Amino acid sequence: MAEIVGAYFTSHVPAIGGAIHKGLQQEPYWKPFFDGYQKVHEWLAQVKPDVAIVFNNDHGLNFFLDKMPTFAVGAAAEYHNADEGWGLPLYKPFAGHTELSWHIINSLVEDEFDITTCQKMLVDHALSIPFELAWPDVSAWPVKIVPFAINTVQHPLPSAKRCLALGQAVNKALQSWTGDERIVIIGTGGLSHQLDGERAGYINREYDQFCMDNLSVDPAALTRDSVHEMVRKAGTQGVEVLNWIAARGALGVEAATEIHRNYHIPISNTAAATMLMEPA
Amino acid sequence: MSGPQNASEPIPGTHLFDGNAAAKGFELNAMCYSFNDAANRQAFLDDEEAYCAKFHLTPQQRKAVAERSVLGMIAAGGNIYYLAKLAGIFGLNVQDVGSMQTGVSVDNFKAMLLAQGAGQTYDEAHDAMIEKEKVHG
Ligand SMILES: [Fe+2]
Repeated sequence: MAEIVGAYFTSHVPAIGGAIHKGLQQEPYWKPFFDGYQKVHEWLAQVKPDVAIVFNNDHGLNFFLDKMPTFAVGAAAEYHNADEGWGLPLYKPFAGHTELSWHIINSLVEDEFDITTCQKMLVDHALSIPFELAWPDVSAWPVKIVPFAINTVQHPLPSAKRCLALGQAVNKALQSWTGDERIVIIGTGGLSHQLDGERAGYINREYDQFCMDNLSVDPAALTRDSVHEMVRKAGTQGVEVLNWIAARGALGVEAATEIHRNYHIPISNTAAATMLMEPA
Repeated sequence: MSGPQNASEPIPGTHLFDGNAAAKGFELNAMCYSFNDAANRQAFLDDEEAYCAKFHLTPQQRKAVAERSVLGMIAAGGNIYYLAKLAGIFGLNVQDVGSMQTGVSVDNFKAMLLAQGAGQTYDEAHDAMIEKEKVHG
């Protein structure tokens, strides 16, 4: 049976890609952030995943407002990045795991999650930057992916409770998968930040701490707030923590073991965070 | 950590991008979405008026774009993820966009972020930012 080796959570701020491109990892501004990935590299080298289930959100590259799925699941053989509007160098493509995608899709719909399936899906910095951080020196990614895009753009957004349940249903699907893959779960985005409005620059260390303290042992604690209250506490874009909650669900219903955490304010306008967890 | 609150209680300085905003801002966001293509970014720079007309921007949207008013664009239904692509045409990053929305210098805005890193709450850092802007204007 396939094995879930653990979960990796990380911020995906676009500026991180710029810093990597320019080789700024050891600059004073960036060092406290990038130093948090040494442990991620060691852990990945040790657990050696070959598949990644990734929960992230599109930022207006693949989806426009003409059609906005609440939960979209990739079922493509390949996923490509494209110009996100800033003319930056493109990120490497990803290989998909189509059989596993369809297995998960079948299982989710059986479980009454009315997802959108995507045989073509562009992926943006929210997927690429976590990979650049995790595997900085590879010419091709060592894992195949099954990407999930959660709507964190246009309200109404799915509730935290629903995102956790989605993740748990993905975990159930993985339990019935007969392959022998080593699967890592990835949740990207956050933590607290707000780009828009007069409250731009808002960060909430206390709420981030609450999220990080509870995510491994009691993820349901993160689901008691409405999305509106999450926006109040985490900021308009900090609500991307929904991706983390879904990913935590996919790790399983038991309490998980936190094995690494890094938290640094600010990276760009964001409270940047990194975590690793192993299943119970 | 939270008691029950009225879900509709507004969040200060925050504009939720909901169905009303998405409907109101459709044209503006559609134009910004087109900026994923470099040729479209160039077409905007070559003839802004014609490019905005092609996307049928509302008068409110056109005015906000002409004035480079981020808050104006948000009031006209713009979503920040799409607006960021317009900002990119002018080489503006999210600190620039933050300074435009808060009415302070970019350096002052960045200092506010760093102050939160140094342990200040948002309210403390924000108040200091506004104070400093008054003094140095
Ligand atoms: Fe994001």
